[in-house]
Amino acid sequence: MAGSEVKVLGTWASPFALRVHIALGIKSVKYEWVEENLEAKSQLLLESNPINKQVPVLIHHHKPICESLAILQYIDEAWPSAPSILPSDPYHRAVARFWAAYIDHKWFTWLKGVASAEGAEAKKAALDRVREGLVVVEEAFGKCSKGKDFFSGDRIGYLDIVLGCFLGWLYVAEKRNDVKLLDEEKMPGLAAWAIKFCLDGAVKDVMPDKDELLDYANMVFQAMAKAKLNAPPNY
Amino acid sequence: MGEEVKLFRSWSSPFALRIVWALEIKGIEYEAVFEDLSNKSPLLLQYNPVHKKVPILVHNGRPIAESFVILEYIDETWKQVPLLPKDPYERAMARFWAKFCEDKVLTSIWSAFIKQGKEQEEALVAAAENLKFLEKEMKGKKFFGGERIGYVDLVLGWLANLVSIFEEIIGLKIVDEEKFPLLYSWMQDFAEAPIIRDNWPPRDKMIVKFQALLDAAIASSSSSSSSSK
Repeated sequence: MAGSEVKVLGTWASPFALRVHIALGIKSVKYEWVEENLEAKSQLLLESNPINKQVPVLIHHHKPICESLAILQYIDEAWPSAPSILPSDPYHRAVARFWAAYIDHKWFTWLKGVASAEGAEAKKAALDRVREGLVVVEEAFGKCSKGKDFFSGDRIGYLDIVLGCFLGWLYVAEKRNDVKLLDEEKMPGLAAWAIKFCLDGAVKDVMPDKDELLDYANMVFQAMAKAKLNAPPNY
Repeated sequence: MGEEVKLFRSWSSPFALRIVWALEIKGIEYEAVFEDLSNKSPLLLQYNPVHKKVPILVHNGRPIAESFVILEYIDETWKQVPLLPKDPYERAMARFWAKFCEDKVLTSIWSAFIKQGKEQEEALVAAAENLKFLEKEMKGKKFFGGERIGYVDLVLGWLANLVSIFEEIIGLKIVDEEKFPLLYSWMQDFAEAPIIRDNWPPRDKMIVKFQALLDAAIASSSSSSSSSK
């Protein structure tokens, strides 16, 4: 009964859906995972998220919640017992939300920009931007963690989840472009954090295998390139 | 030690205006620091080195940037006249709608204003689709927050003032009263609420500013466009 009360609509490759997996794991909430096919979205998904028609969606007591950051905060508030996902102090919550916004609106946009950059020069510029962003986040990590393992301190929390969900796709970008982005020399704090994050109990069993993700990404990008070649000219 | 609350803003920023409204609604005493965004102060750059923008709230010496983040901080720090609902599901809905308003509504309406030709047509279509969702959400409610102004109203509030300015400048209707009656009446109710009404930036100055932005956008697009675009 407990399992059917909480449903998550997601895909195994979606970093945003991964956030929900991890957060529910932190709270030890039992849930049913519904693997969506984004090429053939389920009726449940279309009804639960009619505006954006995207994953993830959390369905709790038959009520859908959309947008991964709204879902993370909902999980923290609907299951208020420890461990908490967000800090308790309003100022530290504000700091966590600020960096979550930076990661989602700026850094992740730059990461996506690597895939869409055309030509060697544009690719290099896009990769440099991603790296520069990580340097900025490295500084934030130092201030937030205060010498501890995670952004949130001794245990993973909001900001760890928000950034950590992208580690698989960061690996994909590194392999596909034959570069190092998460550089142990330039970002020692984040490099160490990444290893610990992936080993965390709430993460290790739900994080997609990064080589499987790479195979999937290669397949998707190949299909996209083919579609582009075959597409009629855009007058 | 007394509370020290400073708000770095500009005379026209709609994002900073959200914070003005929130502080005023809660009756929080603050000092407004007006920035000239073409000549940013060292203090602004020190308090918001990442984005170098307004608004910035400085509370007892600690700066917070990004208007959504500031709004939630204000609501969590000063509990009177709550902006977000208490119930976790209702709060999640408010956060969803706020993101929708920012990512979709604001983006499409801004594009409808600043772009020309086919891009403008497409933006107007997108804006209308987004406004339809808002219209639906407004059913049975005076404000998005219910009986009184709340978080989503503050996030969307720029619509109640800027849309008529945009419409006047480009000579096109963006929020048609017939197509979006509930949204239209929300715009009136919101704009005329005492705290909101008393804080709008001067309309004539706004028209000059946005006309200049549009002129600059047209100039730069015509100088860089080629015939095949």
